[in-house]
Amino acid sequence: MGLEEKASSGFLLTTIEGFAGYVRKASVWPVTFGLACCAIEMMATGGPRYDISRFGMEVFRASPRQADLMIVAGRVSQKMAPVVRQVYDQMPEPKWVLSMGVCASSGGMFNNYAIVQGVDHIVPVDIYLPGCPPRPEMLLNAILALHDQIQKSPLGVDRRQAAKAAEAAALEATPTSRMTGLLQ
Amino acid sequence: MATSSGATSKPTATQSIVDDADVPTFDAVGGDWSDIAEEAARLGEERIVVNMGPQHPSTHGVLRLMLEIDGETVTEARAGIGYLHTGIEKNMEYRNWTQGVTFCTRMDYLAPLFQETAYCLAVEKLLGITDQIPERATVIRVMMMELNRIASHLIALGTGGNELGATTIMVNGFQAREHILKIFEMVTGLRMNHAYVRPGGVAQDIPPGTLEAVREADGQIRKALRGLEDLMLANPIFKGRLVGVGHLNLSACMALGMTGPVLRSAGLPYDVRKANPYCGYETYDFEVPTSTDADAYSRVMLRFEECYQSLRIVEQCVERLHAMGQGPVMVADKKIAWPAQLAIGSDGMGNSLDHIREIMGSSMEALIHHFKLVTEGFRVPPGQVFVSVEAPRGELGVHLVSDGGNKPYRAHFRDPSFNNLQAVSMMCEGGMLADVVVSVASLDPVLGGVDR
Amino acid sequence: MTDPDATPTGVTPTELSPAESTGPEQGDRTTIDVVGVRTGMFGAEGSGDTSGYNNLVSPIVMPGPSDRPYGSWFDEAADVLAEVLEDAGSSWDAAIEKVVVYRGELTLHVRREHLVEVCQALRDDQDLRFELSLGVSGVHYPGELGRELHAVYHLVSVTHSHRLRLDVAAPDADPHVPSTVSVYPTNDWHERETWDFFGIVFDGHPSLARIEMPDDWPGHPQRKDYPLGGIPVEYKGATVPPPDERRLYH
Repeated sequence: MGLEEKASSGFLLTTIEGFAGYVRKASVWPVTFGLACCAIEMMATGGPRYDISRFGMEVFRASPRQADLMIVAGRVSQKMAPVVRQVYDQMPEPKWVLSMGVCASSGGMFNNYAIVQGVDHIVPVDIYLPGCPPRPEMLLNAILALHDQIQKSPLGVDRRQAAKAAEAAALEATPTSRMTGLLQ
Repeated sequence: MATSSGATSKPTATQSIVDDADVPTFDAVGGDWSDIAEEAARLGEERIVVNMGPQHPSTHGVLRLMLEIDGETVTEARAGIGYLHTGIEKNMEYRNWTQGVTFCTRMDYLAPLFQETAYCLAVEKLLGITDQIPERATVIRVMMMELNRIASHLIALGTGGNELGATTIMVNGFQAREHILKIFEMVTGLRMNHAYVRPGGVAQDIPPGTLEAVREADGQIRKALRGLEDLMLANPIFKGRLVGVGHLNLSACMALGMTGPVLRSAGLPYDVRKANPYCGYETYDFEVPTSTDADAYSRVMLRFEECYQSLRIVEQCVERLHAMGQGPVMVADKKIAWPAQLAIGSDGMGNSLDHIREIMGSSMEALIHHFKLVTEGFRVPPGQVFVSVEAPRGELGVHLVSDGGNKPYRAHFRDPSFNNLQAVSMMCEGGMLADVVVSVASLDPVLGGVDR
Repeated sequence: MTDPDATPTGVTPTELSPAESTGPEQGDRTTIDVVGVRTGMFGAEGSGDTSGYNNLVSPIVMPGPSDRPYGSWFDEAADVLAEVLEDAGSSWDAAIEKVVVYRGELTLHVRREHLVEVCQALRDDQDLRFELSLGVSGVHYPGELGRELHAVYHLVSVTHSHRLRLDVAAPDADPHVPSTVSVYPTNDWHERETWDFFGIVFDGHPSLARIEMPDDWPGHPQRKDYPLGGIPVEYKGATVPPPDERRLYH
């Protein structure tokens, strides 16, 4: 249809967004942020049976400066919250956050004074993974979903437009407590 | 410029540099002598405080270690905890006695069945039904607890190795633990945080095929343990890092109230299973491994030994369960026994259709009991009680106070890691910075239990 | 030493009868240990409760003091302790308020001024030898006026395989209890935790600071007058209030 029809064989064509997404998703390094029980399931995912190494992610960097993904695995207490934020701030762009388990996603079963009700109060979260604790396969599913998201994420002007569109949609949306009539 | 003769002299280009490690050497190119001397004095007194912060790959969880360092030697070590405080104890005051199990399970998340069992034993003691718990339920509890002990020790050894930089140990340990998690999933439905042990017994009987699976896993675990032993115990680097490190002798242990492998490595064979038996432990044939070296290496050896002893107990449990045949796993009193009979249906695990047919069709009492137990729960007479079990890390105690209601009035867990972590100062001060990691790993604290 | 087990229903006659107790009779009147009163069944207030259970009033009665003989090794231990206290210049009656034996466990209710010497006696005497302290647990009974804050110590004798509980009470207005760190250094962090959660000040503690909550946290979370602190949860179509604000069975 265009240039790609006329080019001789031996050329591979893609978009910059596609290429950047492909490269970024294949080289995600998580930062060690295991807090509680979910950390043990995260470590089990790094073990040989559930092998996170097939995605190149078995290298859990201790230093946030060298990491891309913060898997908040476990309950975030009030005392730990500033530490979460500090580690997040120390990570260089591009960075993603996966809140693993119900405690990180929403406070979980601990609806009380001591636990932050969802780590999205502190850092922006890209993927929420429920479970108490989620099985290693569930964590891998969430990581694959994150990889999809990274692959498809727009860059530059497209990104700004996508953010504006998301904000407009969120402002129009019905609040959760008003979404009635779903149990038909 | 200080010289070994003690005479001060002006800095000159021909001055030889004193090559002595104890004498602080300063190169001065001009400048006022008094400024240099002042700076030298100040640097000599400066304390360096290193924060091994809550996010660290080697602190075994969200533990904050504030270390004051002089060169490579730790002069002062303090542990800051509370980064995982969840308010579980207060949360339990707003939930039923049975719902309390799901909360206390998540304290020490590597040994959840111990917390569940300790809590349920305390509830049963308050109810006064300790003798009425069916034998089958007790044997199942013992088997699950001992399997959990092995799983917990495998993680202790694995993460300990990981903190030393030996990732192979961690990978092998976690692979071995998967054999046990498979059994937990078969029996309780979950790999961790099971909420399986309920006041009155256990939630459901072991499904058919479990005993064969346990026997098979036994062989696999033994093989994995032998592999880990080969990997760890004779390795000169491992020995070099662990032998003589984290020394805590018997008087220090007793003063600090330590229990578990740390106390047993100092020579005292105190094990709650022998000293104050519960769940029929006095009828099982096992030994309590003890050592007198009181260092990190002996604690590693003790944990291996305890795994083998636990396997012994598991084998005895399997034989008993096999000999016992089918039987109830919940107390006979219908006003306390958890009513649900679970079965796998088309949409997962839930109440079995037979049970639903019974409560809806034939027995009004069963329906009433089911309804009241699930909504209100049972009521426990007022009083306070203390029960302790031998968790992998030490003595786990539950102090339970009831006010006659359907919720605990106060549930306090004396977690062994909370107590044992007080020894960090004593073990680390005077040692090297690298030994701090080894000492903490040999204490094996689980911060979920420490902070609750 | 038996306990006539009350059926676990929690609903007792509304009239406070002095004969209601789970301990043996002492003479012709039994002292009862009322720590509060339970009113109503569902905690419903304001909205209509047609069940009729709203007017229920029942006292919360803890197991009362026990009478001699206490049973098993408790009597000998009590005698030895009385002797040691006498030698130390104090006395059994001054130090120990009451002895409760319930479910096979011995609880000594100790007056707070004498706590440290009782602990010292229990640890040092060769027939008692309670070397291991399993920490301090706090309990808050807002209904027990004048004795709201309790600090509970569990002691283990490894030599004799005995277990014992000490229960110390302090009023809310003066929440001070002497620190036992000089006798049992292991109580260090446990006392800090009890201060953090209940506000019991342990006099003589080397460094009584918050340990679990952040250092500048106001209030003491595990007291009964401190709210659970949850937030309402939004579901699709409904909002569920946090656990301490729901209508629950009492």
